[in-house]
Amino acid sequence: MTLALALEQLLNGIQFGVMLFLMASGLTLIFGVMGLINLAHGSLYMVGAFVCAYVTGITGSFWLGLVAGALGAAMMGVIVEVLVIRRLYQRDHLDQVLATFALILILSEGTAWVFGSQPLWLDIPSVLKGSIELGSVIYPVYRILIIIVGFLVAVGLYFLISRTRIGMRIRAGENDREMIGALGVNISALYTFVFAVGAALAGLAGALVGALQSVEVGMGEPVLILAFVVIVIGGIGSIKGALIGAMLVGIVDTLGRVFLPSVFQWFMEPSAAASMGSALASILIYLLMAIVLAIKPKGLFPANA
Amino acid sequence: MLKPNLYLNLNMSRESWVNLSLLILMVLAPVIATVMDEVYYVNLSTRIIIIAMAAVGLNVALGFGGMVSFGHAAFFGLGGYVAGIAALHSFEGTLFLGLIPGTDQMLLIWPAALIMAAIIAVLIGAISLRTQGVYFIMITLAFAQMVYYLAISLTTYGGEDGLSIILRNNIVIGDSNNPLHFFTLCFVALLVSLWLTHRMMGSRFGAALTMAKLNETRLATAGIEPYSIRLVAFVMSAMITAFAGALFADLNGFVDPSMLSWHRSGEIIVIVVLGGVGRLFGPIAGAIAFVLLETFLGGFTDRWQFFLGLVLLGVVLFARGGLIGLMTGNARHG
Repeated sequence: MTLALALEQLLNGIQFGVMLFLMASGLTLIFGVMGLINLAHGSLYMVGAFVCAYVTGITGSFWLGLVAGALGAAMMGVIVEVLVIRRLYQRDHLDQVLATFALILILSEGTAWVFGSQPLWLDIPSVLKGSIELGSVIYPVYRILIIIVGFLVAVGLYFLISRTRIGMRIRAGENDREMIGALGVNISALYTFVFAVGAALAGLAGALVGALQSVEVGMGEPVLILAFVVIVIGGIGSIKGALIGAMLVGIVDTLGRVFLPSVFQWFMEPSAAASMGSALASILIYLLMAIVLAIKPKGLFPANA
Repeated sequence: MLKPNLYLNLNMSRESWVNLSLLILMVLAPVIATVMDEVYYVNLSTRIIIIAMAAVGLNVALGFGGMVSFGHAAFFGLGGYVAGIAALHSFEGTLFLGLIPGTDQMLLIWPAALIMAAIIAVLIGAISLRTQGVYFIMITLAFAQMVYYLAISLTTYGGEDGLSIILRNNIVIGDSNNPLHFFTLCFVALLVSLWLTHRMMGSRFGAALTMAKLNETRLATAGIEPYSIRLVAFVMSAMITAFAGALFADLNGFVDPSMLSWHRSGEIIVIVVLGGVGRLFGPIAGAIAFVLLETFLGGFTDRWQFFLGLVLLGVVLFARGGLIGLMTGNARHG
């Protein structure tokens, strides 16, 4: 029983970690290539979820909605990049924080304007509604799908960046933007592309998670902050760091919430243990981050920047 | 064209004139409101003053020290929670942690808020200042989230719902329930924090802090360690913001975790930048603009934050130097 519970929670942790990886990989890619800190990444996640819910509602196909969510977020990403973000690459981090904070306000209120303030609900196809038996654990198919999608994205990103021509340009852009410009690469198109990829990943994450919870304005913000924690732990600019950081944060957070209260019960009375345990669980990942940064100020896998 | 400081033929810069007008405006508004018996506007002015003070605190770290703290709401809320918790224990006659009695005396609450803020700021600052740039922004954000979630899990003190201050805390030198008295109290607190900031920046310490921002290698070469200079500035900055938080709790008669939220941290940064980073009176211009936008746009449309976002975007992209920069015609940045 306890083992099955532990295994199930471990899977939950991995699923949460995969979702964080989809967010964090875009953030870290954008930071690594363009040096931009993008607070509005959570808004792109929200846009993805809303577009997915809307398209699924109209066409009745969740798969179409999922694709539309990722594409919609990518399109929003391109619009935002061309209109605003492009002017921020040469600015300092304070300007980037402020301008993208402004974008959060605009995108959140804009979404509420278009879709109303009521949360939307996203229904998943019946194929994905069941559960399957994995040894002693019965686990929902949909969450397994999220895990699979996340790992496919990780593998895909790896190939995109290390095996393709455009990936080579992205890596070159991280190292020396003037030089690849001088070699005839259209940098601004490359930057727009990278931003769109990051946005599409965020939109995909939002669309996938939208079916687990309600689709509402502001849904991206808690995830955004966790994604920041992930990339700070992993080392900003490193996709490998984002993957390991995301797994670490996802598993530690999920297991902490489930097991800390019972751990505290060994030496405290139940009600005090429950409140102490949940208090500690909610700050566990921030403690993890503080410890990592106190030991390695540039994260676990510092990028070459 | 005459040069600005020859204008009116007085030995004051145009920025000083703008600053002076801001101060006069801030005093006149609540006095006129009191005469016209509009308590709402007196409280609105008090709100501006308190928010300005929170931003004056952040300006020490952000504007003068170049430390982009994205977690100052932690200190703002901390000050608020000290006031709220002290008032609760005083009201119920119970003990904090079973040890310390509550109080409803502001003159005791304020030092407590300042000391708490200093302790927490030393802890947060000591770790955060080991990092720089984006890492600093994010680690301060993460620490603030930590404080936020701690406050939510404090069910004794209201958890997510927050904590009411049933009777506004008292002060021996006036009637804190009189809106104009309370305004005056907050105004004096703001002046003191401005004066302290001004004195600090004029001192040797201020010179060292400026140099820590501009070129830390040079500072280190001069035999001064940048880390400790920054840490002291960070702690001072946190204390001023916490003081504002304690006043804010008493103004609203209410504290809740939203005082600690990362949106609040963002807003304080917005106010500093809207007014003009690293200008003594920048936070005041910023707070006036922000609260007026919030109040009047908010009365006009529920979606006022959409327009706030547009204004902010415009300021960041086109008006470097903030409102004070616009008014003095001298854009300056960072």
